[in-house]
Order: sequence, then structure tokens, then C-alpha cells
Amino acid sequence: MLTFRIIPCLDVRDGRTVKGVNFLNLADAGDPVELAATYRDEGADELVFLDITATHERRKTLLFLVKKVAEKLNIPFTVGGGISTVEDVGALLQAGADKISVNSAAVCSPELISELAWHFGSQCVVVAVDAKKTSGGAWQVFTAGGRTPTDRELFSWVREAEERGAGEILFTSMDHDGTRKGYANEALARISETLNIPVIASGGAGKPEDFYNAWKKGKADAALAAGLFHYKELSINTLKEYLRSRNVPVRI
Amino acid sequence: MAIVAVVDYGAGNSRSVLYALQRLSVDAVFTADPDTIRRADKVIFPGVGNAGSAMKKLKNTGLDTVIPGLQQPVLGVCLGLQLMCRHTTEEDTRGMGIFDSGVTHFASQAERMSGLKIPHMGWNVVDGNKGHLLSGIPENSYFYFVHGYFAEVSRWTTGTTDYGLIFSSVMEKDNFFATQFHPEKSGDSGEAVLKNFLAL
Repeated sequence: MLTFRIIPCLDVRDGRTVKGVNFLNLADAGDPVELAATYRDEGADELVFLDITATHERRKTLLFLVKKVAEKLNIPFTVGGGISTVEDVGALLQAGADKISVNSAAVCSPELISELAWHFGSQCVVVAVDAKKTSGGAWQVFTAGGRTPTDRELFSWVREAEERGAGEILFTSMDHDGTRKGYANEALARISETLNIPVIASGGAGKPEDFYNAWKKGKADAALAAGLFHYKELSINTLKEYLRSRNVPVRI
Repeated sequence: MAIVAVVDYGAGNSRSVLYALQRLSVDAVFTADPDTIRRADKVIFPGVGNAGSAMKKLKNTGLDTVIPGLQQPVLGVCLGLQLMCRHTTEEDTRGMGIFDSGVTHFASQAERMSGLKIPHMGWNVVDGNKGHLLSGIPENSYFYFVHGYFAEVSRWTTGTTDYGLIFSSVMEKDNFFATQFHPEKSGDSGEAVLKNFLAL
């Protein structure tokens, strides 16, 4: 039986790990290479590395960091942030990433998903989706790190992403992100039941029970968290022991 | 120092395999050159992606006949395992036939796959320890898988995994070895498999 995966996410800017609340107020959270090694030793099932650097030096800094992290990691490693071309992906895989995640660029030109799947295989294409519930109750997709609203609706967009060759969906609820009140389990369950590819829950983890609910209620295949792990409030070991005690299949 | 050749045929995450060997302080070359591959002490044949286009690339460089003729230990990984089999239904592709097994898609077994996602992606256990690769590795150790096609169980199967159905996750025949999972991405248990291979 496949296990429920626990995935620490490193938001990286200018070579440092940062963490914000509701996509804003970024605070320093440590050296990404050190954190990556710590998570590996604590039993992380995968690692996601999200680059939010906005400078011209971005690409070079990112490739250098990816290489340093990949050399140390004996678990799968996903890199995202600002990826918009086949060449970007080729360079990241060459530097040692196992998968890449695309977000804004895929919303702007969905054929990017098909191109990446064709070139590198679906197994390495993660489509990240940031969405927020509107006052009318619909889930609206946002791009540019949650800054730009789009006219896309969450459930039809993830279906299109799967049809175009996405290998996984990483769904972040902007309403839940950084609040530590739990994942958006209703929306997660709907995505998971609609799609036949794995779904990663993101945004809102604050305590072990939130992970249990992402599995039980959200029917997620994996759960991602950042701040909770960075500030050592919860270790991955402790979390997995808790999940095992509640009969969630985990790798220990 | 023994030299390990990692076969370069433009298929996927070879970099991860090279880093894994680097962590084990193994001298590795990443090459498509038949002579370098023939001369290496050990050969790793990695790969992710599409079987049809991967097999075409192997044919273009003549590696489809070089690999089955190798005498030293050879380790196929993921797509590597599938291409070492007789045939895969992925684009109706004939493999190298080292293992006399067929490879088919999980979706072709729809009634057994109900409620299970395809591809089989994530950490799963391997059953069986008859062969060399899993020697000394505790039962129920987890390995990382990412694949939509699987090799049927055959006489060459030395490890199986259950995902709706039982498939070959480890195969061994003479000097040929293969894993459906990614040892280079399977934490400590994956490293133990690589060490077992390197110690052959």
C-alpha cells in the first residue's frame, strides 16, 4: 500500500528560506541546504523547493542551490517558482531536480503542461494551483504568488491540467495558507475524487491532526507544510508517529 | 577503483543517479559510448519517460544490442527495468528481452485498480528477499516508485510489490539486475540496494 507522504516546502528568496502569512510578510527561516538535510534525516518523504526570488540573478542562484540540495538528498526533490519554458525545466532537471512545479505560466499558457509532459514525462510535472473561495462560494484561481486573480475556476482548471499531462496537483488554499487552522479539506476531497492523479494538500497546517484530516477528510495523497517544520514546532518524526497511531499508512 | 558507467540515452533523471553514486564515493562516468560501457566494471541503466522514444534512442546508438551482451553486473532502474523485458504495451514497443516478461499499463487491469490512482507514485514496500539486491535489507522497507506500466511476475522476479495487483519490483537474471523503484531516491533502503549492487 502506498503511504501518505509528508512534504516539507522551502520557500526560497535570494538563497535563504523565508516564510510569510497569507503570502505576505516574509521572515527569514534559515539556510535551505541545511534545512533540506535536516528534513531528509527526520524522514521527509519528498522535498519541495519554491523559489520566490524576483531579481535578474534568480536563475543562476536557483540552479546553484538546486545542485547543492540535490547532491545531499536521497529522496525526491521538486523545484518550482518562475518556471515558464521547456529550457527552464531542462536546466533544473540537469541540476538535480526530480520534478518541477509550474503555476502562473501554466495558467497563462496551458499548452506548457502538455509540452513539459511530452519532453520530460508526466511523472516530473507538478501543477501548483493557488486558489481562494470567492464571496459567491466559487473557488477562483490566482497567479503570481497569489497576487493576480484569474478567470479560472479551481475544479475545471485541475481537470484540464490532468488532461494535459500533469503528474500531480499541488493545491494551496490561499484562505488557509499561514493560518494554521487546517487544510481546505472539502475542496481537496473534491479535487481528489475528480482526478486520477495524486493531490498534495498545501496551506493551513498547524498541528498533527490537520495532517490526519487532510488524509481522512481531504483524501489527499500527500500533505505539504513549511513554517511548522522550519521553526521546529513539529518534527516530521513526531508527526509520522502520530499518524501511524491513527492508522494512516506512513513510511517510518 | 572500480568504474561505474551510467548509460546516457537522454532518458530522465540520470543526474539523481550520479549524485547517489557520488554520495557513496563511487567513480562514475555518464556515457553513451559502447566501448566505455563495455569496459566499465558495472553498468547502471536508468531512465524515466516514454518507452517508445527511449527504445528508439537506444537503437540509434546501437546500445539496444550492446546492453544485452554485457558480461559485468548491470542494474536497470524504472524504465530501464521495463526496457530489459520482452515487450511493453507502451507504444507497442519491443524491449531488449533480457527478462522474458511482458510490461503492461495499470489501467489495463481496471477492475483491480478501482479507487487507486495511476501512476503508482510514492513509497511502497517490496516483498521477497531471495535475490542479491535486497540482501540484508529489512522486510517492509519502503522504496520510492513512479510508474504507470508494470512488469508481470515471472521466473526472474526476486521482489514483488502490491498495488491493486502484484507486480515485479525487483528482477535478477545472471549478471542482470533491475528495480522498478528508484534506489537513488529511496532514502537509506535505496542506498542499501545500490551498495548491494556495487558489492557484486
